[in-house]
Amino acid sequence: MNPQALMDGLIAGATIGLGAVGITLTYSILRFANFAHGEFIAWGAYFALAAAGLLGATFGALSAPIAPFSFGWALPLAAVAAVALNGALALVVDALLFKRLRARNSTVIIMVMASFGAALTLRNLLEFTFTGKPQYYTSALQIAVRLGGGIRATPDQLLSLVVALLVVLAVHLLLTRTAIGRAMRAVSENPQLAGLAGVNVRQVIRIVWVLGAGLAAVAGVIAGLLIQIRPEMGLDLLLPLFAAAILGGIGSVPGAMIAGLIIGLSEALAVAAVGAQWRAAVSFVILVAVLLIRPQGLFGRAE
Amino acid sequence: MSLELLSYAAFFLTMALSFAIICLGLNVQWGQTGVFNVGVSGFVAIGAYVSALVTTPQTTDHFGGFGLPIAVGWIAAALGSGVVSFLIGAVTIRLRADYLAIATFGVAVAVQLCALNLEPLTGGPFGISFIPRPFGDLAGSPLTFSLLNLAVLVVLVGGLYFILQRLARSPWGRVLRAIREDETAALALGKNVTMFRLQAFALGGGIMGLAGAVQGHFIGFIAPDNYQPILTFQVWAMLIVGGSGNNRGAILGAIVVWGIWAASAAAIGGLVPAGEQARAATLQIVVIGVALCLILLLRPRGILGELRVVSRHLDARPPRAGGVPTGKLRDAENS
Repeated sequence: MNPQALMDGLIAGATIGLGAVGITLTYSILRFANFAHGEFIAWGAYFALAAAGLLGATFGALSAPIAPFSFGWALPLAAVAAVALNGALALVVDALLFKRLRARNSTVIIMVMASFGAALTLRNLLEFTFTGKPQYYTSALQIAVRLGGGIRATPDQLLSLVVALLVVLAVHLLLTRTAIGRAMRAVSENPQLAGLAGVNVRQVIRIVWVLGAGLAAVAGVIAGLLIQIRPEMGLDLLLPLFAAAILGGIGSVPGAMIAGLIIGLSEALAVAAVGAQWRAAVSFVILVAVLLIRPQGLFGRAE
Repeated sequence: MSLELLSYAAFFLTMALSFAIICLGLNVQWGQTGVFNVGVSGFVAIGAYVSALVTTPQTTDHFGGFGLPIAVGWIAAALGSGVVSFLIGAVTIRLRADYLAIATFGVAVAVQLCALNLEPLTGGPFGISFIPRPFGDLAGSPLTFSLLNLAVLVVLVGGLYFILQRLARSPWGRVLRAIREDETAALALGKNVTMFRLQAFALGGGIMGLAGAVQGHFIGFIAPDNYQPILTFQVWAMLIVGGSGNNRGAILGAIVVWGIWAASAAAIGGLVPAGEQARAATLQIVVIGVALCLILLLRPRGILGELRVVSRHLDARPPRAGGVPTGKLRDAENS
């Protein structure tokens, strides 16, 4: 087995895992498969692009690369801004659309359909604003460093991997160790009972949107940094995201991250074995297999 | 001038009616049975490719090229797509509604990937051209050509409508609606719910395949790019705008939404400078996206809504107040 494929798979899997954690949280608390989640990833990437451009234009020094990475301080700052802006975007979409549908007890399918509509609207607004041309945070070239065992990775890739793992760890601790995490788990068990027990369900829903969209923004910045920024980047990730969320077990944060890494690795191995053109089929095969064999996922509970 | 206008109107209606066929297929799956299919574009693509392979003249560019008559291609498309739908359904139909949505979305991605990569079979990214057009030898006089094509579509949609109306009022159709309204109750009445859902899924998929073939032959060229998720979305918008569960609504919705689509395309073509048109075209999709969300919010039953259909021995009429609470159940589901 090619060790380089393992490294590439892990790096791609970290992005998928981050997005899948967002999907699994919104799915378990809002109770529908959000087809617009991929668009949050793309919006996060573009928010960061715009913010980094603005910062770079105002304070030129921020654009100077921080050795050994390819980007300057403008990008991490812009990423923070993107997380906040993306959270606000999710709240706006919820207030305009999903909140109203929830208020009339719409069926799951109506919510899914609406998310499908929201996805197309969001993606095409992005393409209208920034055009479909691929863009990059930085044009600096990076030399991959040898890590031993024939594996190479750029400093950017290693940093992204570490950031993704730390963010997911933080979300896991938030869910398991804090009062708001307990409230979120209570709502995902049973919203009515949680409400009766004094949990502010509406607040929990808002926090879930902000959290999910914030994670999507981080995933978008990483994907944009390591590959490129395109309006369709979210759409292309959608199937891997769903596959990872379901493979990990809906509601399980560590499960989603591990499943994301598994899917990233499987894609890298498939690319090495049968060619890059079949990459997108990997998630589909895994998805169908999980739904058939173990629909509750690796770490989920049977219904 | 007026001849040109007539010719364009015929072209517009032909396209709209080809979408109406897809809509009728989706109405069998979702409107009648409540089976959620987000992979419409995949099933349309299968039909288009099957028919193209069967009917194109012999070629070395791709497999097939049997040069068979168009009608054979259409029948093969409906059968092929129906069989594939049956096989996919056999694996996935038991899934929960939103898992089925994700799985069918995956099917569409997989079909498009196959169309793109199985070059010896599908011609790869360049697709298949020289698909014979009905009345192709009359293409010299555009008006006759468009009107004849329109006539074919009218007959096809009319025939399908007639058959599907009969089916909806048959005992089989009643079971489908029973499953949609309350799966457990249908099960308790001894109906094999999985089998009925599978039949509806396969029938709907076959109809979508037929529509794909019709579109392919009307345009004369197919490529993987024609079968993006946007197609699925357009068809869903059509069905929901027209009125899910209502075959007339499916046809009307197709014409209305295709009208909005064509009008906004014409407006962009006329108002926006040539260099910016590709960019402005994205706004077209935004318009349709917002429209769909608005319909879901404001009028989830669509323009026509569903008529209470009990049996072919009774006339269709809107739900009576205090009568059988079918309408009420629909309201509860949609609102």
